[in-house]
Amino acid sequence: MRLNVELKKRFKDFTLDVAFDLSSSRTGIFGPSGSGKSTIMNLLSGLELPDSGYIRLGNTVLFDSKEKINLKPDQRNIGVVFQHAHLFPHMSVKRNIFYGYKRIKPENRRIDPEDLFEALGITQLLSRDVSTLSGGERQRIALARTVLSNPRLILMDEPLSALDEGRKFQIIPYLKNVFNNYGIPMIFISHSVLEMRMMTDDVIVIEGGCIQQHGKTEELVKKSWNRGLECYVNLINLGSASPYKDLFRYNWGDISIILTEPPDGEENFFELDSRDILLFKRHPEATSASNLLTCTVTDIYSCGNRVRVALACGNEHLIAQIVPESVRELEIEKDAMVVVAIKASAFKKVF
Amino acid sequence: MINEITMLTLSPQDISAVWLSLKVACSATLISTPFGIACGYFLAFGKSRGKAVIEGIISLPLVLPPVVVGYLLLLSFGSNGIIGKFLNLFGIQVVFSLTGAVIASAVVGFPLMVRSIRIGMEAVDQSYISVSRTLGAGWWDSFFTIVLPLSARAIFAGMSLMFARNLGEFGATVILAGNIPGVTQTIPLAIYEYTSIPGGDRMALTLCLVSISLSFVILLVSEGINRKFKRG
Repeated sequence: MRLNVELKKRFKDFTLDVAFDLSSSRTGIFGPSGSGKSTIMNLLSGLELPDSGYIRLGNTVLFDSKEKINLKPDQRNIGVVFQHAHLFPHMSVKRNIFYGYKRIKPENRRIDPEDLFEALGITQLLSRDVSTLSGGERQRIALARTVLSNPRLILMDEPLSALDEGRKFQIIPYLKNVFNNYGIPMIFISHSVLEMRMMTDDVIVIEGGCIQQHGKTEELVKKSWNRGLECYVNLINLGSASPYKDLFRYNWGDISIILTEPPDGEENFFELDSRDILLFKRHPEATSASNLLTCTVTDIYSCGNRVRVALACGNEHLIAQIVPESVRELEIEKDAMVVVAIKASAFKKVF
Repeated sequence: MINEITMLTLSPQDISAVWLSLKVACSATLISTPFGIACGYFLAFGKSRGKAVIEGIISLPLVLPPVVVGYLLLLSFGSNGIIGKFLNLFGIQVVFSLTGAVIASAVVGFPLMVRSIRIGMEAVDQSYISVSRTLGAGWWDSFFTIVLPLSARAIFAGMSLMFARNLGEFGATVILAGNIPGVTQTIPLAIYEYTSIPGGDRMALTLCLVSISLSFVILLVSEGINRKFKRG
């Protein structure tokens, strides 16, 4: 996917002025509330008209103020999943899902509905009434409805923010499934760093209607120290686990680690605060931490009185946050070997 | 006893008045509905600056005395009026005809219908329209599959309100269409005529009962259909 955008839109008390070129199929637009994220989404999808600029998706010009081109939302082939699912209340779940599907030519219907229902786990929901669905179910139905309309690009406008705090991330595996299976490019809009890191490869950081940064999501998070990123959180994707004494042993790349959290299915996602990782110069004889891993330092980022140490543990990566004094004492430098100690209870389950 | 029975029987003139009333109210309501929906949509979603002025013009018959509305219609549709002259070219006579009665009813009842439809459409979450557009539905498609079904209750409420108002329409009709038995004499006009002739009280009362029954039936039917809409 190639998306070239240059847009200007003036409101009473706010001006959006952005220009970006996207090639990643998983891009995020990140910024605080009122920064212009949703405006970008409305402009891209054709729901709002920019004052000037252009939008080119691949070889198609969706909007160009100079050429006086402005494709209508229904001609743009851009699907949108809104913050609230907005399922049509006067239609059944099934009619909702097939709303877009019925409006595309049969030869363009490249997605098999049955496969999609399975990937989203909604087969059993089709006969239900729209009003009886939970927030997560509604959002999955909304995604199915959008995917079946055969879009060239899907915009996801804070799709998790209206879901229950405790269960919002349960929908992530379904989202990932769909975008991996069908290869539909996506722009994910959110103000949550965690969501950005789980759903996107590239990110555009926007504030006050202007782009502040544009780069690889993980790189930006590693190097950012402000906006709630004072401490780095490692996201660790683990497979299934086997019981180990009264704990659980998970495979992590080519090594295994011990956690207190039981597994839930084949994919288990954990957060590990970079401050919960202890570094040792040599192997400690005994420690209360269940995990002792020998790692290589790959990079060091510092800001004020904090230092982030990037570590390679087998073929996996971790970031530990320590103070400059420890860096000197442990003689930490690039390619140095350190022993990492992590408590089994330091891992916090995301989904 | 005989008197009481006579009181409840309708003369052929009364029957024709009832029939005409229904005919006028039905025609006026049905003809106005598409325009009512269009105006309701414009007032609910339109972004034009002249919206307030148009809203004022549409609502004017609601606050003006019906007689004034009737007189203005007579001026416009009369043989010397702008519209009247134009219609004369096609041989259409509005004044003192059934068409006149329908036009008078439509103009007087229209604001009620538009008001109800506008309120119903304003309650339709615009996001549903946005979603349908991004799913590939054009403007008309979205209008027919999202806006109309979601405001169906309000449209129906507007229609029944207008229909009921039309059954009772008097002032504008008597001026524009006159009070001609069998041609333009609806129930209210017939009642008026009975009350102005000696000994017509009973016949007036009979028609009053018919009027009350009709209104009651409309209320019941409208409520029933409304409930059906609610259940979906």
